[in-house]
Amino acid sequence: MQKIFKPAVFMACLIPFIVITYQIFFNKLGAEPVKEVTHHTGNWTLRFILISLAMTPLRNITNSLVWTRYRRMFGLFAFFYASLHLLTYVGLDYRFNLDPIFDDVLNKKYIFIGFAAWLLMIPLTITSNQWMVKILKQNWKKLHRLSYLIGIFAVLHFIWLSKTIFFEPLIYLIILIILLVFRLNFLKLMFKKSPVN
Amino acid sequence: MKLNKFKSSEITPEKVYKNRRKFLKDMGIVTGTALLSQNIMSSALSYTPETERKITDYKYATTYNNYYEFGTGKSDPHKNSQDFITKPWEITIDGEVEKKITLSVDEIINMFPSEERVYRFRCVEGWSMVIPWLGFPLNKLLNKAQPTSKAKYVKFTSVFDPEQMKGQRFPVLDWPYKEGLRIDEAMHPLTLMVTGLYGKELPNQNGAPLRLIVPWKYGFKSAKAIVNISFVEKMPTSSWMKASPHEYGFYSNVNPNVAHPRWSQATERVIGENVFAPRIQTLMFNGYGDEVASLYDGMDLRKNY
Repeated sequence: MQKIFKPAVFMACLIPFIVITYQIFFNKLGAEPVKEVTHHTGNWTLRFILISLAMTPLRNITNSLVWTRYRRMFGLFAFFYASLHLLTYVGLDYRFNLDPIFDDVLNKKYIFIGFAAWLLMIPLTITSNQWMVKILKQNWKKLHRLSYLIGIFAVLHFIWLSKTIFFEPLIYLIILIILLVFRLNFLKLMFKKSPVN
Repeated sequence: MKLNKFKSSEITPEKVYKNRRKFLKDMGIVTGTALLSQNIMSSALSYTPETERKITDYKYATTYNNYYEFGTGKSDPHKNSQDFITKPWEITIDGEVEKKITLSVDEIINMFPSEERVYRFRCVEGWSMVIPWLGFPLNKLLNKAQPTSKAKYVKFTSVFDPEQMKGQRFPVLDWPYKEGLRIDEAMHPLTLMVTGLYGKELPNQNGAPLRLIVPWKYGFKSAKAIVNISFVEKMPTSSWMKASPHEYGFYSNVNPNVAHPRWSQATERVIGENVFAPRIQTLMFNGYGDEVASLYDGMDLRKNY
């Protein structure tokens, strides 16, 4: 089952990439194509971050380990789309002209925090393999709690770039809060249990 | 609103229209369309016509809009405004005036002949279009009301109709939409009261039946579907100033040297270009500096953003 299912999920995760590639090369992006590519890759980054953060709560709720088998894949796809998002901004939009980019990173808080989120994803990507899990032991878990911070940064990035009160960023914020609250509850349970152990 | 004077058969098909524009441009002649000649003022052009950049596709100018009354997405205005009723429509001019007046849009169109103005249109979000507007200088309308010496600013109020404008059912902005100009800006010959575009009547999504165009300012200053113009003594607070005072100032002149907290204003994307097209440099006062820079002599445009 897993042997069929995992490649299928992998292919499904590639669909947003295939869609945008098709739209770029067949000129289907409308009036402001660069903005479309930026928004598409940004949206999917955020979605994959939230999907990967949903796996542990789903495991706890359903009491099934199947969810966590996909956590790494979703996390890596989040990094993949985040990198495309960054590349769109740096390459397609600003044509690797670094002056205005540095200026943006330092002066625009939404770009600063978005860039910070991408940087934080790098150590998680590097340590995502089984070998690193073994080397880092307990530290691996601590390190990968950075994903909560990445989620917060990514949602803030979206909220701060929005012009006024928009629904979309608020929906992402609500989902993120729910996913993080799950963790608080389980932390509390763990603290309660620990003296017994 | 309807351009009653012309039968629909007299309206030039867009393709012919574009070719004619190109022909005129190639000949070095840029004037109002011949189509409307009987209704166009014969006065010499009082602005620098756009000759370098190509006119934006009609499709994009009428489907890619910011008009939050009809929704916050760029395609929402086109989608949600098609049934918007713009007839009858009245506009009142009041405040510090000798003579408060109320006019219907039909009266206004008959009173002031339209001329075509091809202007660059720069959105604060960092994109731009080039649009052939039909309209007349706002000062002609304003002078009818005879502003008094107390009139220092002009406040524009757009229509409030949440029944028809579903965006107004949400507190996205302080409805109705309000904008303002200093009186010398409002009286400037470049400032246009717009009734049409591309030789056609103004589509609902572009602010029908009557909108403002102030080409040297960011697009949001050019209020749409205006119902009231009021002369006031104190600087009015626009809806965007109220929403976010540190981002949107009263003047909002196009200025590549003053960045917006979210968008660099040094460059802009040209609407309708392909995905690999580069940004272009944004011009001071959107390229209308020769005409309008003197309005701001001695002002710190960094503070008065």
